[in-house]
Amino acid sequence: MSRPILSTDAPPREPATRTHRASPELLLAEQHHMCPGCGEPLAARMILEAIEEMPEIEGAIGVVGIGCYTGFAMSMDVDTIQALHGRAPSLATGAKRMRSDALVFTLQGDGDMVNEGLQEILHTAARGENVTCVLLNNGVFGETGGHMTATTVIGQRTKNSLDGRDAAYHGHPILIGDLIACLDGASYVARSSVHDAKGVIRTKQMLKEAFASQLAGAGFSFVEVLTMCPTGWFIPTAEGPGYLDEVMGSVHVTGELKRDGKRVSPSGSSAGGR
Amino acid sequence: MATATSRGTVTINVAQCKGCELCIPACPPRVLEMSSEVNSNGYAYPLLHPGCTGCGACLLVCPDFVFAVYRFAEPVVHEGSESRESPEVGP
Amino acid sequence: MTARLIEGSEAIAAAGVAAGCRFFAGYPMTPFTEVLEHFATMLPASGGTCINAESELEAVGMAWGAAATGARAATGSCGQGLALMQESFSELTRAEVPLVIFNMARGQGDYFQTTRGGGHGDYRILSLAPIDLGEAVELTQLAFDLADRWRNPVIVVGDYLLAHTHESLDVRPLDFAPLPAKDWVADGELRGAKGSRLVSSLGMDKQGGGESDPERFWKRLDRKAREIAATEQRWESSFTDDAELVVVAYGTAARFARSAIHELRADGIRVGMVRPITLWPFPSQAVREAAERAGHVAVFELNAGQMVDDVRLAVLERARVVSIGGISTDASHFGVGDLLDADRIRKRIERTLRGEEIEP
Repeated sequence: MSRPILSTDAPPREPATRTHRASPELLLAEQHHMCPGCGEPLAARMILEAIEEMPEIEGAIGVVGIGCYTGFAMSMDVDTIQALHGRAPSLATGAKRMRSDALVFTLQGDGDMVNEGLQEILHTAARGENVTCVLLNNGVFGETGGHMTATTVIGQRTKNSLDGRDAAYHGHPILIGDLIACLDGASYVARSSVHDAKGVIRTKQMLKEAFASQLAGAGFSFVEVLTMCPTGWFIPTAEGPGYLDEVMGSVHVTGELKRDGKRVSPSGSSAGGR
Repeated sequence: MATATSRGTVTINVAQCKGCELCIPACPPRVLEMSSEVNSNGYAYPLLHPGCTGCGACLLVCPDFVFAVYRFAEPVVHEGSESRESPEVGP
Repeated sequence: MTARLIEGSEAIAAAGVAAGCRFFAGYPMTPFTEVLEHFATMLPASGGTCINAESELEAVGMAWGAAATGARAATGSCGQGLALMQESFSELTRAEVPLVIFNMARGQGDYFQTTRGGGHGDYRILSLAPIDLGEAVELTQLAFDLADRWRNPVIVVGDYLLAHTHESLDVRPLDFAPLPAKDWVADGELRGAKGSRLVSSLGMDKQGGGESDPERFWKRLDRKAREIAATEQRWESSFTDDAELVVVAYGTAARFARSAIHELRADGIRVGMVRPITLWPFPSQAVREAAERAGHVAVFELNAGQMVDDVRLAVLERARVVSIGGISTDASHFGVGDLLDADRIRKRIERTLRGEEIEP
């Protein structure tokens, strides 16, 4: 005999408190075109919740790159500027210089930031620009069909590395969070992964640290969020989190990489549940 | 007769679910199970069994904003299940 | 203010500041570099910001972001640098971002780039070509006004001579008609109640429930471009009423052509000139009417023949159109060639009147 199935189409009749809204107030539309099992909406939710939970944020501008997540420009209830592929950091720079009281963040994928826009992110970080760049890293160009990017790890399946990325043939990935942490202009650098609930919570914590760092004028802040893309990886959706953690998470290691302008040693940075 | 207690519950927006199944293993008490029916988009969706703690893990890992989470003022006891076995419960 | 001896680059920057420009970003490249240097000095003094960007692509991005928040913003380079910015120009035009762009060009070989653009999709950018520093000061301020009035970028086209010539002038702020409030800008205000704004080229809409309608959006942009084309043509005509031959020239080249024409007129030769001030929208009707009356058109430009295409399109067989310019530059390759010489231009006009062909 199987377990009873409870009614879930309306709030409970028994006295209860709603502890979690279905979606943040700052989310304009719950429906989106992201694939089943995509990790990007999890990161987007955390960004919006972080903004909602920080009353010290008096204004916010999001600069959105080009990828699957571009649609979030329409569904985040903060002023948004849509940038070209790779170019969000320079737009964020101009916006922040003119509106220094506002929280200015970018939302970019790995193809956008680390392929097309590598120059932009490195210069913006080195300059110590007081913006927060957020990377959604799934190791593929999701929107164009799942090809390899500069962050795809050795052995990772993508549309043009179906047998796994091969170092001799495809070259090596760039560990962008680690690279940015080397730059003196970068003040807070962290990497999380949304493969489980704990990772999602840690993502929000890191975003809040980064936003606080920006508001304090501490320099460039960066949060890299590893996200699932089962479509791009050609795996069932249920296997996405495990693949993310094992394949990408073993190379792009989660944790705080830099705090208050100082490198955090790898052994001391295992705050991501590793 | 076996009983189960729920400290919390969820609402599930069935129409919005895309059947990714990430909520199933994310639920610590394993009280979510995918349906055999499909929604209007052709996706299976989660069903709730007794034993929810209201922790919100399902909501955190759901890409489609399907869940809202509630905590009961008093734990709710569910009667009537003959067995607490479920194929979804793992080690 | 009184007149003082001032270099073109400085006058242009001063005019930008007088127009309320609050943000400038650029990358050094001859002959534009001094414009960046002067903005770098003047903007902080007036409460604005100037960034020496790490690349041209980042410079236009920064100016785009600044303009999207509502600030008057500008960038610039020479044609080579603007070539790098083409995707951004088309994208931000299609996002209706008002940006002023300075091209201190190496000669006049950027006419196609300026008027056609090298970006993607349907888009039009206004361009203004001053003949001297005084006009550059006026047109720079006009550029910021037109950019805001139409929510469209505007290019101010100069060259090495314009940027590096000293003239005595008084950089006076001009007045313009009031502009509507910028209620579209992404200034970061948390308005709540779904009041956020989106600056985008894709016809996306925050209030549209997550769907975009690019076709409708781009058709509206096209209607705007046609309205600009119909209403913003600017030119200067001289001696065209009784001319047998009309010269068409723009920018610094027109200044030399004008000298030649004055000399010819003094000798009783009936030559006139139509000088486009807006390169786009091209003053087609003015050129056509002058050409029809005269019967002969001589296009003087320092390139292999670019504006002559627009002249031919305007004239449409109603008059004979010839090129009397050509590629002309000195060893510096910055476009200051020996065709910029009133005597040489005069001789070419005379030879054209005699029916001779001019070698390119």
